[in-house]
Order: sequence, then structure tokens, then C-alpha cells
Amino acid sequence: MDVLLDNLDLFGPFFLRTIELFLISAVGSLVFGTILAMLRVSPVPVFRAIGTAYVTIVRNTPLTLVFAFFVFAYPLLDIVRIDYFTAAVVSLTVYTSAFICEVVRSGINTVPVGQAEAARALGLTFGQILGQVVLPQSLRSVVPPLISTLIALLKNSTIAGGFSVAEAGAIRQYISERGDSQLVALLWVALGFIILVAVLSFVQRSLEKRWSVAR
Amino acid sequence: MSNVLFDVPGPKSRVRHRIYAGIGILLVIALIAFVVFSFADSGQFTPQKWAWLEYSQVQSDLANAVLATLEAFALGAVFALIFGAVFAAGRLSEHTWIRGISTFVVEFFRAIPLLILMFLFYYGLPTVGVDTSPLFAVVLGLTLYNGSVLAEIFRAGINSLPKGQSEAAYALGMRKTQVMFTVLLPQAIRAMLPTIISQLVVLLKDTALGFLVTYPELLYYARYIGSQGAFGRPIVPSTIVAAGIYIVMCLLLTLLATWAEKRNRRSKKHIETTNNKADQVMLGNAAGGGFVGGGV
Repeated sequence: MDVLLDNLDLFGPFFLRTIELFLISAVGSLVFGTILAMLRVSPVPVFRAIGTAYVTIVRNTPLTLVFAFFVFAYPLLDIVRIDYFTAAVVSLTVYTSAFICEVVRSGINTVPVGQAEAARALGLTFGQILGQVVLPQSLRSVVPPLISTLIALLKNSTIAGGFSVAEAGAIRQYISERGDSQLVALLWVALGFIILVAVLSFVQRSLEKRWSVAR
Repeated sequence: MSNVLFDVPGPKSRVRHRIYAGIGILLVIALIAFVVFSFADSGQFTPQKWAWLEYSQVQSDLANAVLATLEAFALGAVFALIFGAVFAAGRLSEHTWIRGISTFVVEFFRAIPLLILMFLFYYGLPTVGVDTSPLFAVVLGLTLYNGSVLAEIFRAGINSLPKGQSEAAYALGMRKTQVMFTVLLPQAIRAMLPTIISQLVVLLKDTALGFLVTYPELLYYARYIGSQGAFGRPIVPSTIVAAGIYIVMCLLLTLLATWAEKRNRRSKKHIETTNNKADQVMLGNAAGGGFVGGGV
């Protein structure tokens, strides 16, 4: 308990930073992942190929490597200078959106064919069919796996701590400089994540109950 | 699947689609060209930065780094499969206390980021007098995290089997263990094989976390070579090489999973499983690692 209380000035801001990192990356991944999913079901074969190539490559690359690229290699390019936090957001978004894309796509597949056919019969365009008929319905069925993906994103955000971002994954280092027990500090960090994951699981369950559709 | 959303294009749409395709290809080429030119512009593709690949010492070190990655993967995979089988059986047990303990363990290790687990074993344990090594921390972390996920996958597989399977086995007078080992498990493993292999891909990717606890694996070596002044600090080339190796290794496993899935679907022994819980377990954890992942 002492380790936690003596270092509240570390735990508080660092966990807040983790939550901030999580929220920004989550919004980014949801937007980018949905765009990727739309590419993957689009009528234009080239777009489908681009989407597939992106997902295949990113899903088979370790996240740590994505981080290593954006933190060590990207700055050599002199395109736009980014700080460590932005690099972490970009890495997490690039990585997670590939998984969001697959979840959204599996959701699109759960919508009955008749829905899209009816929409087509009414003369809606592809964008309208997807945006107004299919995606809203598929959203309900993908909420549980979507939040599971976001939980994974939350846990993945600790990797940023290994790349100079002052978030929960980095608390250990600061604690050891202060001479407190790293073991105890790490156990508190673990507990923090258990609580955060429990909160997300709770949201998941209540949304699942409220939004479950009888088909 | 995708033709659900749009009609077969007529002549006008085909022309339009071709224009879109052209614009799309141009955009992608422009993006790739921009990145390649920026790399070239800052001198990342000069021969000096690739020369390290020609040294036989570097080549054998690189091979050793890949072997270290595969070693962590193999150990982690074997232990995680065992851990998963034991705790899946525990969660399906009829004794409340075994079920309780197993549920607690599985949920506990699934909620903690894999990197924090590795930190605990590598930096935390020595402070209470337990000797550890980077390999130990990496393998133990991989085992506990991926083992918990695999336990859920096994459990979902067994739960997805039609109830009649176990009922028929009990009606024949089989004992609990017989029902589990001769009737349920073989079918569940067959049904879940693609998912299990996909989780092993996650495990393989997660070995890269070893980089952060000083385990000398592939990414660690790429970073090391990338910081060598003698080769002009070739961090971009070494990252590209490491990424290529990782992608090839993971793709091979992914292909294996796809093949297993196709074979499953063709097989006459295939039985329709009843729920999609298993898919959900997978979707959520693919990102793992941490997937999402947790792992990573």
C-alpha cells in the first residue's frame, strides 16, 4: 500500500495518460478501421485488394515492431516531426484498425441479404446502402467483439511505456529510480488494468443486453 | 459475400469503377513513392546502410536471433497449450471450487497486459530473491496470457458441440473422462484448430515484446544492428528486414490456419457447431497481444 500511496503523483498522471492514449487511439482505429472495412466490401476490385493487402500485412506484424518503426526509423525521414505520444497513437491506430476492420466486416456479413437487396431496389447508391442500411444494423451485432478489440488496445497501450511515453507501462522505471519495490508497483499497475478492463467488460455486457437483436 | 451490397455493374458503372480504380492505384503509388523517396532522400537506401547484410558474422547472428524468437515461440506455444487444456477442463469441471479457481486464474491473466506480466517476472521477481532470465520471463508471460486465451477457446469449442454428443455418450454408459477424451475433445479440437493456430500467430508476434525485457530476439537484434555506427546506423533497413522475416513467419502460420479451416469445411466428419462464442473469443483476442492483444 505504501508504494501506491507514496507514489500517487506517479500513478495518477501516468494512468490518466494511458486512458488518454487509449481514447484517442480508439477513436482513430474505429474511424480508420471502418473505412478499411468499406474498402474491403466495395464494388471496385482494386479497393478490395488495397484493403486486403493492408490487413494482411498489419495483422502479421508485431505491434512492438510497428512501435519501433515509428519511434526509431520514422524520425529519420524528416516528413513531419512527431513526439513520442503521437508516435504511440499512430502505431496503435495503424495496428488496431486492421483488427477493427475485420470485426466490422464480419458484422456486415451478419446483416440479411434481403436488407441490401431491398435498399438496392429502392435505388440507393452503394454509399447509402452501407451507411444508412447495413452498417447501422451490423453495429449492434459487432459491439461485443468490437469492445474486446478495444480491451486489447487498452492492454497494448502499455507497450508505449517501453518507448518513452510516460504512461502506466512506464511506472516501473520511475519507481525503481525512487528506490521503491518494483514488484509491488507492478502489482498495483496490474490491478489498475484489471479495473479498467472490468469497466470496459461491464460496458460490453450492458450494451450487448440492450442492443441484442432478435433476428 | 461482397456482391450482396451492390448489383453486377453495368457498362456505365464499369467505366466509373475503372476510373475509381485508376485514382485508387495512383494514390497508393503516390503514397508508396513518397515514402520510398523520403527514405532515399535521407540516405536510407545507400549501399553502406545495407552492407551489414553481407557480413557472415551478422548473417549468423541474425539467424541466431530468429532462432531465439522461434525458441521463445515454441516453448510458449507448448506450455500455453498445456495450460489452456488444463484450465479449460477446470472451467468445465462439476466441482464448484475447481471451476471457481480456474475461472479466476483465466480471467486474471487475460486482464493484465502481457508486457506488465513480463515486467513482473523479469524486474519484479528478483527483488524478492527469485532468479530470473529474460527467456524465463518471456516464456512464462506468453504461457500465462496465451494459455488463458487458449483455455477460453478450448472451452468455447467444447460448448459449441451439440448436446446430443455427450448425451449419447453418457447413454452408452461412458464415464465423465471417457466422454471428454474420446467424444468431446477430438471433435472440439477439430472444430477449433483454425482458431487455435490463429492464437499461435498472436503468440509468435508477442515474442517481440521480449525486446523490452532485453531478450535477444529478432527485434532486439534489428535494433542493435540499427544503432551500429560502423554500418551508418541502418535502423530503417534493419527494421525492414525484421518486418519481412516476421511477416513471412506469421503468414506461414496464418496460411496453415486457413488450410485447416478449408479442410474442416470439406470434411465429412464436420459437424455443425451451435454458437459463435468461439469466433467472438477469437475476434477479441486476435488483436491480442497483446490483439489485440494483449498481448500485443
